[in-house]
Amino acid sequence: MSEIPYNLPDVRGHFGPYGGSFVAETLMPALTELVAAYEEVKKDPAFRAEFEYELKHYVGRPSPIFHAKRWSGMLGGAQIYLKREDLNHTGAHKVNNCIGQAMLARRMGKPRVIAETGAGQHGVATATVAARYGMECVVYMGSEDIRRQAANVYRMKLLGATVVPVESGSKTLKDALNEAMRDWVTNVGNTYYIIGTVAGPHPYPMMVRDFQSVIGEECKTQMPEMAGRQPDAVIACVGGGSNAMGIFYPYIDVAGVKLIGVEAAGLGLKSGKHSASLIAGRPGVLHGNRTYLLQDANGQITETHSVSAGLDYPGVGPEHAWLKDIQRAEYVAITDDEALQAFHDLCRFEGIIPALESAHALAYAAKLAPTLAQDKLLLVNLSGRGDKDMHTVAEKSGIVF
Amino acid sequence: MRIQKTFERLKTEGRCALIPFITAGDPDAELTLPLMRALVAGGADIIELGVPFSDPMADGPTIQRACERALKAGMSLRGVLDIVKSFRAEFADTPVVLMGYANPVEAYGSAFAQDAKTAGVDGVLIVDYPPEECGEFTKMMRAAGMDPIFLLAPTSSEERCREVAASGSGYIYYVSLKGVTGAGHLDFDEVGRRIPEIRQIVGMPVGVGFGIRDAASAARIAAVAEAVVIGSRIIEEIENSPRAEAPGRVTAFLRTIRTAIDTVRERK
Repeated sequence: MSEIPYNLPDVRGHFGPYGGSFVAETLMPALTELVAAYEEVKKDPAFRAEFEYELKHYVGRPSPIFHAKRWSGMLGGAQIYLKREDLNHTGAHKVNNCIGQAMLARRMGKPRVIAETGAGQHGVATATVAARYGMECVVYMGSEDIRRQAANVYRMKLLGATVVPVESGSKTLKDALNEAMRDWVTNVGNTYYIIGTVAGPHPYPMMVRDFQSVIGEECKTQMPEMAGRQPDAVIACVGGGSNAMGIFYPYIDVAGVKLIGVEAAGLGLKSGKHSASLIAGRPGVLHGNRTYLLQDANGQITETHSVSAGLDYPGVGPEHAWLKDIQRAEYVAITDDEALQAFHDLCRFEGIIPALESAHALAYAAKLAPTLAQDKLLLVNLSGRGDKDMHTVAEKSGIVF
Repeated sequence: MRIQKTFERLKTEGRCALIPFITAGDPDAELTLPLMRALVAGGADIIELGVPFSDPMADGPTIQRACERALKAGMSLRGVLDIVKSFRAEFADTPVVLMGYANPVEAYGSAFAQDAKTAGVDGVLIVDYPPEECGEFTKMMRAAGMDPIFLLAPTSSEERCREVAASGSGYIYYVSLKGVTGAGHLDFDEVGRRIPEIRQIVGMPVGVGFGIRDAASAARIAAVAEAVVIGSRIIEEIENSPRAEAPGRVTAFLRTIRTAIDTVRERK
């Protein structure tokens, strides 16, 4: 690590060559307005205080860290600690960011919020916060994801949101993002777009990271209390990368802490059916930022696959692209089958049903732990709970409800 | 510089430019050249040729469908340049502007500017390249003798108009509504107010597009702008015609627009 503290992005939202604002001119004024509004609230102690109050009393923060002692013992190596984001209100880390952005939308006088969602967790979190603040809420979701995540669709509807199925392209998260962008361009006057991950045009990658970094900040306090020191490695799954950025960011300047992002290898990296943008992709421009993308030789975005809808995305947050290039973080991939195995193991050995997304991070921890001494500490971001995945896991096991 | 010459000629004739848009390779590569001929026959002054992209965020469902058909039929940026080369062999004077998204152009690599120039391309509009993100690209376009063309929107401030004008040349493409291509209703009063202001700031011709669907709307735009851009409506014509009849129907449709905008100019 260099001596200069990490201080990115630059004023235009660049992380080295990545990030930026690659959007049509129609959106530029909206982004300029958003950058200014966010800069203002960042400096405002009252905003910070309200955000912290909401996180404490509405979300239930701080989320605990749990030492998965039994599972660690069975694996016979390093000790695995779980950051329990699955215990948050709405069942995942997504709500941290939604509260921050909904508060910002209110400050900006925008009565309508829109969101895109893959697994449905960000959609549910947005619908929840919109209900809490009395805002109109429209969620775009690929029709393929709607099929996979029926329970979350119903939850959003119960919370008063309108769920719009997206039939274009691969009918998944990237297409929902395209459609949400179109809505925003059309209704930019009264609408705030709550992006759920650390991707999109500036200031989203920075802003979402900032709101999510409460995860890592808490860990920095909790790990010494729990285990006597900071972890040797922090492990998190990466789709767009918001839970990973949230737990990585406060650790970037902490020497000796390895940061490991786990992408979805789907049916295997060689099969071509995966979502491992950082490992198997090339830099390009999509959804408002420059980053690693899964694309063909002609620059067309390719269809992705993962058993977990939340990782099924051909891009990745630009800050991850930068952390990969400067080798501050390492990125690995876990297949559908490995993730499912970890899913079942955590259910059976620790009594915790993890989200399939988080199961990718768990699976890598399970691979890594036996190679390390028993006094090594691995901190895994358990980013969400698996209730939403009952249907998918049952289907994989040949069970019909 | 074919684009500048075209606007100079139209100015002396007292006419407004007609700029139709089609997506290259929609429904297949073989039909694109016949469709471009049909556009010229229908009165096109400049042709905007869409480079298909898998994720056309700034476009509505019509152009997204056109992109999906073109990609399914195997169109690529290389294929688009081949089509332009064939068109250029037949038509020496009609400017061709490529319109598309950044990623296929970046994937093509640094040879793009020279290859596009050699093929006979006159201008390039990359929808998701605002001026601040494409300084190098703009320089390469200019060095190769092509016009980098930029968008302005109803939401653009006066300062923003100046910034965009400093980077672009050829013409400014004014997006006439808040939304995507092929969408909703045009606010003619708003357009009528903004265009003279913008023209004064940018000092180059202003074309208006997004939301122009028929002779009446084209005529109202022609009364205030130097160019009328029409896209989704032509693609619908192609979509709804038997393959063999598509060029003929496109010519017939475009003629109704041509007549309407020429009538307005004559009255002025």
